[in-house]
Amino acid sequence: MPVGFSRSEVQAIAALANLELDESELDLFARQLGEVLDYATQVQNIDTTGVPPTASLGVRHEADRADLVQPSLDRDLALSNAPDASLEAGLFKVPRVIG
Amino acid sequence: MPFEAVIGLEIHAQLQTASKIFCGCSTVFGAPPNTHVCPVCLGFPGALPVLNGAAVDFAVRAGLALGCRINDRSIFARKNYFYPDLPKGYQISQYELPLASQGALEYTVGDGIRRVGITRVHLEEDAGKSLHEGFSDSDRKTYVDFNRSGVPLIEIVTEPDLRSAPEAAAFFARLRAILVWLGVNDGNMEEGSLRCDANVSVRPAGSGAFGTKAEVKNLNSFRFLQKALEYEIDRQIELLREGGRVRQETRLFDAASGGTVSMRSKEEAHDYRYFPEPDLPPVVLDADRVDALRRAMPELPDARRRRFIEQHALPEYDAGHLTESRALADYFEQAVAAGGSPKMVSNWMMGELARALNDNGREISDAPVTAARLASLLQLIDRGTISGAMAKGVFEKMCASGRDAAEIVEAEGLSQIDDEAQILERITSVLSEHADAVAQFRAGKAAALGFLVGQVMKATAGKANPRRVNELLKRELGGGSPGT
Repeated sequence: MPVGFSRSEVQAIAALANLELDESELDLFARQLGEVLDYATQVQNIDTTGVPPTASLGVRHEADRADLVQPSLDRDLALSNAPDASLEAGLFKVPRVIG
Repeated sequence: MPFEAVIGLEIHAQLQTASKIFCGCSTVFGAPPNTHVCPVCLGFPGALPVLNGAAVDFAVRAGLALGCRINDRSIFARKNYFYPDLPKGYQISQYELPLASQGALEYTVGDGIRRVGITRVHLEEDAGKSLHEGFSDSDRKTYVDFNRSGVPLIEIVTEPDLRSAPEAAAFFARLRAILVWLGVNDGNMEEGSLRCDANVSVRPAGSGAFGTKAEVKNLNSFRFLQKALEYEIDRQIELLREGGRVRQETRLFDAASGGTVSMRSKEEAHDYRYFPEPDLPPVVLDADRVDALRRAMPELPDARRRRFIEQHALPEYDAGHLTESRALADYFEQAVAAGGSPKMVSNWMMGELARALNDNGREISDAPVTAARLASLLQLIDRGTISGAMAKGVFEKMCASGRDAAEIVEAEGLSQIDDEAQILERITSVLSEHADAVAQFRAGKAAALGFLVGQVMKATAGKANPRRVNELLKRELGGGSPGT
């Protein structure tokens, strides 16, 4: 049975993802996300009693790092792909985000 | 109708690792902007996080000190939101399965034991720093420094067990002392390595239900925490008294006005869409590792305070003061081990030593007189070699010169005169010079004795043992007290 996805739900998700969608996209994604949810519903119907949740396939933790400082990136290189960075101040720059 | 406040705290504490939580960049504070950054902490596509084992150890220690259950398996989760100081568009944190949970901090307040539940302790990464002011184009631009991005934090969440602003501030101070004591955090609130947010609501006193809460952010000192809470509690009570209702929202403390202002309402708040971090395996803590950390835990402040009272017979006040920091407590015990009598060591630490540290802006770890040297000074008083009053002068010279007490006493001929024959010699001449005072004493004027003691002390340049002078004078004057 299809679960369905409303246009307003799609709109709310788009807002969280900072996406602007037009009318036809709202319909398209409502249908497509609905299909994804349908699939998830099918999976959810499987009886998983006694099966521990799997967050990741790696289970042991021998891969931890020792607490050693490694060289960082050269600052100019770090800033080199950032639009509008201030090389002088050594800072990234974005449109003002508060008041 | 009387109201009561219900307060829970969320505390972010930077862990004292050398490198960041998921990369090898340095965590040192105050470096030039964006010099401690790399593809991982800048969120470059394809860069993968690798967990710093030391961050886990620190978090476990904090969890143990807070009486938490250490979960043998915890998972990292992505907390998704957009802000320029968060380069990946998500913060790696822990959500459903935190590293530690269900603890409590118990501590002594007056005669009672206070218990504040700890909901959870989890690991997460810090964000970068946004600079909104100070540049010629600050009206249009925000600048970002990512040195702090990826610095390891624990978030400690308490149960809503606190009931007033002073109580919350006292708890936070207690928690800070423990984190610093453990070496988990440096306690530096000015540099932002310890930060506190508070959830506050009010309800009619005695009610079991919770009111609507507001979250107050930006409480980076004990004073701000207390002021912000006081303001917020009053604001909410006022609102309810006027028949209004509290909105669930995030409020920012404004240090300048001493008030809180609305930041955003929870209705429009973020839906963080947490999901398990696919780039990191679960944190699996085997029992051996947790046991080793548990065994290496230092004695905590409250336990040490109780032991000082029992083992060293210190008054409550002294024991409380001396366990304010681990370094202070260590100094005390080193001095006692070196032969200082506990109450004397305590008095000197709270008196002369505290003054000397204060005057020179020094910490106990950098004390001008070591614990062993303080003990040897106090032993000179105990043995009667010098008087307490003389010891103060010797202590000052020890601070200034770095020499030890015996050396100064020897070099400056400060040894107290305790020899009966020497003191009697002075007494005889004082008695013959001050026949009038002697007569007054014999006539029953007790104060005359004090005058005569003073004269003998003066004659020995303050070096005579005052107790002996007193004894011998009374004997010479015919024993007994005046009037008998």
